[in-house]
Amino acid sequence: MAVEVKIPTVMRASADGQASVDGNGLTVREIFSDLVNRYPGLKANLLDQEGNLHKFVNVYRDDDDIRYLEGLDTSVSEGAVVSILPAVAGG
Amino acid sequence: MSFAPLRLQSNQYQTIIDHCLDGFPCEACGLLVGSVDKHYEPTGEIDSVHPCRNADESTRTYTVDSRDLLQVTRQADENNLQIVSVWHSHTHTEAYPSETDVRQALDPSWIYVLVSLRNPQPEVRAYRIKTGQITEIDVIVSPE
Repeated sequence: MAVEVKIPTVMRASADGQASVDGNGLTVREIFSDLVNRYPGLKANLLDQEGNLHKFVNVYRDDDDIRYLEGLDTSVSEGAVVSILPAVAGG
Repeated sequence: MSFAPLRLQSNQYQTIIDHCLDGFPCEACGLLVGSVDKHYEPTGEIDSVHPCRNADESTRTYTVDSRDLLQVTRQADENNLQIVSVWHSHTHTEAYPSETDVRQALDPSWIYVLVSLRNPQPEVRAYRIKTGQITEIDVIVSPE
């Protein structure tokens, strides 16, 4: 099942410079697993050492933050857009 | 390496100042959308200014609300532009990146704009932050 995954500028070098890529999977976890297989450089940006979503990365399924859904187990339907958004922060 | 200056129209400049003053005593933040060159470096020309919510609601830190970040990212994509800069206020300190700003600087191609509110007249300065190295760039404000 194909979905669109939006890659932020800071991660595009790890995804052959692409702004969006096709994602495959029924959940965000499956999509990310497929994604890091194809683009290993993305792994450290997306997941921590335990395989959880990195705390400085936000992921949206369409308009919804997956932290308020089922996290990485959030289901994703055909045609959905998964947006990866690194936290923009400072002090 | 020399960096292109940040070029703001006076109304864009004022939008940034107003948002920082409105957010006081908390830090305020926002994003600038513009064009990049073939090396993905910002040209310095700003197409639009986007005041954002500070998810931290803090006097000492800021995090651009991810809902605002999503919206601005989408709008930039639709116009074939990019987010090229983030601005935030320092309410009681100078317009210079803090250690936290440097540590959390997300994208070396971005322009980091600091607005100091410690004096009655707000001060706006802009920087590039690459691998911990801070370089100030000029801010040029032109009439609309």
